[in-house]
Amino acid sequence: MRFAFTDDQLAFRDAVRDLLANECPPAVVRAAWDNADGRSGAVWGALAEMGVLGAGAPEDQGGLGFTLLDLVLITEETGYAALPEPFVEHAVVAVPALPDASAAAAGQQLLTAALGGAPFVPYVASADLLLTEEDDVLVVVSRAGLQIEPESSVDGSRRLGWVEWDAAEPVGDAVALAAAFDRGALGTAAQLIGLSRRMLDLTVDYVKEREQFGVPIGSFQAVKHHLADARIALEFARPLVYRAAWSSAAGDPEASVHVSMAKALASDAATLAAQKALQCHGAMGYSFEYDLHLYMKRAWALAASWGDAAWHRARVGRAIL
Amino acid sequence: MDLRFTEQEDAFRAECRAWLEANVPHGLPSGDTHEGFALHLDWERALFDARFAVVSWPEEFGGRDATPMEWLIFEEEYYRAGGPQRVTQNGIFLLAPTVFDYGTPDQRARILPRMARGDDLWCQGWSEPGAGSDLAGIQSKAARDEAAGGWRLTGQKTWTTRGAFCTHLFGLFRSDPAAERHRGLTYFLVPLDAEGMTVRGFGRLDGDEGFAEVFLDDVFVADDAVLGEVDQGWSVAMATTSVERGLTLRSPGRFLAASDRLVDLYRDAAHVADAADPTLRDAVVRAYIDAEAYRWQTFLTVTRMTDGDNVGSESSMTKIFWSELDVRIHEAALGILGPNAELGDNPWMKGYQFALSGPIYAGTNEIQRNVIAERVLGLPRR
Repeated sequence: MRFAFTDDQLAFRDAVRDLLANECPPAVVRAAWDNADGRSGAVWGALAEMGVLGAGAPEDQGGLGFTLLDLVLITEETGYAALPEPFVEHAVVAVPALPDASAAAAGQQLLTAALGGAPFVPYVASADLLLTEEDDVLVVVSRAGLQIEPESSVDGSRRLGWVEWDAAEPVGDAVALAAAFDRGALGTAAQLIGLSRRMLDLTVDYVKEREQFGVPIGSFQAVKHHLADARIALEFARPLVYRAAWSSAAGDPEASVHVSMAKALASDAATLAAQKALQCHGAMGYSFEYDLHLYMKRAWALAASWGDAAWHRARVGRAIL
Repeated sequence: MDLRFTEQEDAFRAECRAWLEANVPHGLPSGDTHEGFALHLDWERALFDARFAVVSWPEEFGGRDATPMEWLIFEEEYYRAGGPQRVTQNGIFLLAPTVFDYGTPDQRARILPRMARGDDLWCQGWSEPGAGSDLAGIQSKAARDEAAGGWRLTGQKTWTTRGAFCTHLFGLFRSDPAAERHRGLTYFLVPLDAEGMTVRGFGRLDGDEGFAEVFLDDVFVADDAVLGEVDQGWSVAMATTSVERGLTLRSPGRFLAASDRLVDLYRDAAHVADAADPTLRDAVVRAYIDAEAYRWQTFLTVTRMTDGDNVGSESSMTKIFWSELDVRIHEAALGILGPNAELGDNPWMKGYQFALSGPIYAGTNEIQRNVIAERVLGLPRR
């Protein structure tokens, strides 16, 4: 038993973390709320250049042959940055599912996905291909074949759409469909872990600086205990996310249950972090001009998607009870 | 990363499982009563004879040199087999790590093998009537007796777990009367049958006599009763609290077993309409997931420790998590039992009362949340 990432996995994570810290600051996330497609602009191309977008594809398709275990830390960083892109749908769900992902790996094609009965699709108006389900198999629909009805999200950067289609092309059986759904749930769980960390970091910095009664509010026990609770929830959700990534990569027959445990705790941890962060920021956090809400709203959207905590606990319940 | 156990770990687990399944006693009375304690000691000695009492210790002291991962495996198997709470735990899990770190070779040889065999039974003498969460408020004194070559201890310790059944006490005493708070304390190892010592057991919440008050009236101990340096008792004791808060006191195995019992309870009761209530079902699933989370967080932590990382204050998160999980597990069980929860022989109600002590002992969870905020998150002290 050895529960630690390799130096290569950590180095790749660090490179993505640095890129996103430089290229995807809060201003980029905020700008995505107001621009035409809700996306990050140049950041996506930079990630393609680094090989991140197609990393889950085989090497002969321009990928790196990454497993979900190789992708999980990178995905967590895209959550930390609140990268306004369908990163999970593209890189974690669809790329490994396509017969040929070379165009997606090169960043020439944008992929999105809607599985597990998801009623609407993130960024579908920008996507070239939709990975979805029909009659219990995995299918793709090209943009030309989609009728899209735009829909708004609580997170203004997440452009949603209701979709209909006439003709779809099968790309995988029911087993592939189930695996793709689990990748989406786990990738989203990883992003929620990253978002929890980000909201906690923002709040720790804030309560150290903000003074009331002549002292930093972070010196008050009531404030400390809020943040300790958020930190504990993160501490115990994260290992389940990494463990589920390993199970998926190793083909463990229980991987789906492991994914559900991870998504349930990650959703709850992020929701708790958002609430504690807002409370500790007070009216500052409630102000639209302040950045906190960008991360809170992403957390709410992702906590509810790819199965919310209650849905995943129900799936665990069916397995153990 | 490889989350499969190694062949060696699997073999160790199989050996533990086979022996424990064949030997774990069932239906022992509470170890926090006089008659129960004696029966638990028989079990502790059987564990020692099979070299399962202290698996992580070096072989020369009765252990197996087990790795931290193997120790976790032993714990999982121990509680899976229905093993009772270890009445020797405060010596083995709290004092012994400190003796390994701070003891002289003579102290190690004198203390550890007798502790492992259950010949000496150790209780913790830290809390005093005026020093609970504020441990640095200790008033009990150690006065130097140069002529006799030792120390004279006077004062009162209380809430001493199983103090009425133990033979020895490890505790903190104020050796420098001029020093304040955490300075000027010394860590002493004291036999409970020493002249001037009075031990009075008293009931805990559940009525068992698991607590004791210990009165010391000019109790003489020689210099070799000092663990670590004179006046450095605080840092010696903090090494123990970090161990106590973290893994060793309550490893995941205990909660994995409790959540498995909760799942069984739910399955058995599910035919009763009330027990099939979706709220109860959800509470059972939450408890199961949380126990898994503790298990995997521990494997992550143990791998980090093995790689040389210092995990010090993060153990406060662990202590909060397992103690509050234990309360939730028992609340869920009582919910499933419905009106039967109040029945006198219901083990879940007994367990619930014990679970409620978890957020209090080993440093209250309020203190632990302060530690997390200040040392993990870096928030300012008052």
